[in-house]
Amino acid sequence: MKNKWKIFTNGIFKENPVLILLLGGCSVLAISVTVSGALGMGGALTFVLVCSNVVVSLLRKIIPDKIRIPCFIVVIATFVTLVQMIVQAFLPDLYASLGIFLALIVVNCIVLGRAEMFASKNGVFDSLLDGLGMGLGYTMVIVGIAVFRELVGSGTLLGYRIIPEGYQIGIITQTPGGFFCFGAAMALLIRCMAKKGKKFDPRIGCDGECGNCNLGCENKDDLIAIAEGKIAEIAEEEGAAV
Amino acid sequence: MNTMYVSVSPHLRSERNTQKIMLDVLIALVPALIASVILFGFRALLLVCVSAAACVLCEFIWEKCMKMEITVGDLSAVVTGVLLAYNVPVDMPLWQLIVGDIAAIIGVKMLFGGLGCNFMNPALVGRIVIMFSFTTPMTTYAVPKVAGSIVSGVDAVTTATPLAMLDQLDWSNFTQLLLGMHGGVIGEVCVLALLLGGIYLVIRKVIKPIIPLCYMASLVLFSWLFGGTQPVLSLFTGGVMLGSIFMATDYVTSPITNKGKVVFGIGCGFITAAIRVFGNYAEGVTFAILLLNILVPYINDLTMNKPLGGAVEK
Repeated sequence: MKNKWKIFTNGIFKENPVLILLLGGCSVLAISVTVSGALGMGGALTFVLVCSNVVVSLLRKIIPDKIRIPCFIVVIATFVTLVQMIVQAFLPDLYASLGIFLALIVVNCIVLGRAEMFASKNGVFDSLLDGLGMGLGYTMVIVGIAVFRELVGSGTLLGYRIIPEGYQIGIITQTPGGFFCFGAAMALLIRCMAKKGKKFDPRIGCDGECGNCNLGCENKDDLIAIAEGKIAEIAEEEGAAV
Repeated sequence: MNTMYVSVSPHLRSERNTQKIMLDVLIALVPALIASVILFGFRALLLVCVSAAACVLCEFIWEKCMKMEITVGDLSAVVTGVLLAYNVPVDMPLWQLIVGDIAAIIGVKMLFGGLGCNFMNPALVGRIVIMFSFTTPMTTYAVPKVAGSIVSGVDAVTTATPLAMLDQLDWSNFTQLLLGMHGGVIGEVCVLALLLGGIYLVIRKVIKPIIPLCYMASLVLFSWLFGGTQPVLSLFTGGVMLGSIFMATDYVTSPITNKGKVVFGIGCGFITAAIRVFGNYAEGVTFAILLLNILVPYINDLTMNKPLGGAVEK
């Protein structure tokens, strides 16, 4: 049970898709201007992530290894189209405010990344938990940044005016403000983790502890070899093979 | 019994410290402040004081919260605040100026570790933030309250800066440009006062004149090459003097070597001229200096002096 909880919380803090894995930053920068848009985007992405993780996990034994990426994309695109149609039909305002970014979930690195790194190697329930955790991590970040940008940038929250009329700091709602908030949020999370005594390891998607790792990842041997400084040998072997 | 003391170099130490240098910069900024009070009235003084106080307060609060050493005594925050205030028109609302101060001190300076760690000039970033956030008040230039303004016979209280109407100017307007009798932001209009400050800084050896001179020379050269109107007269408009003397020469964000300073100055002039002639913005000084600020580490690397008799690169 503890293990399942770990998989779920993994996406929220330790491997937060946006702030630690640095995936999906594009939509975070663009959509985090308003809280309502951010909530919608977070919900849409979480839905797609959970569904695609489950289906990819179900099909993981059937999908041929060499063409796995196109297969993942087909699965993801199915769910994105579904979400797109539902949002367009029932929430036209949200549809208008999300614009192209809703359709772009197809190529969102988080969804593809989790399909490749997790769902294609793990069971259905684990994949579901991973999708939920990652989606929640993404939603928390995008909504958090949006609360700051909407409140400080335009003085409103969910469209309600908090700070009196006439208050507006344009740059926060513009692109530079998005980048600034993104960077500041990243620094804040790393600082919090450092304070709790957790070592921040910048290796993306894998903390390199292959000894404790039960993922059985393909690159495991490579990683250990690199860690032991055997890169040259691998290169030689490959050269000989060619 | 003889005692031997071992100390680490440098063995020759100067009495100068950051505080004294910053005090010199502030003294050099005084003529421009006097000029702006004469030209625009006492609100200019109010803006400068509020901005300086806001910067110092920001730095103090941040250092308290982060449990860092309190460094507000080195006056660098005051200089940032004064320079930022010099970059806004006299009718700027105070809270909007303070937003710029917060961005300058917290966003550029303290987040990166305080004085010496900022990779860009804080005052200029503050200006950019205000410029993008509050474009209308930032570009509504009040006409000085003294007679003899360039735009005469017009009742308007506000006007374009001479930079925006360069083609209507000629050398008969030179005195007005020199004394700052035209619309603009409070600190940059009076060229004469800024030059006085610059000369003071050079005499006190706070700055070397290399960057300002290279900047101005390359601005004139490139404006002329690009076919801009009045290349020489344009030196006395906009923020060239304020930028080249007080901002481009900031120790932290300008190259160390003399060769590097030349490259820095020429680069600033080139980009300013390009923005002025081809760009959408009337003024390019801020962007030019900020862009070159980012390049400073590379300029330093490429222009490093070779030690005499040092190893020869193969």
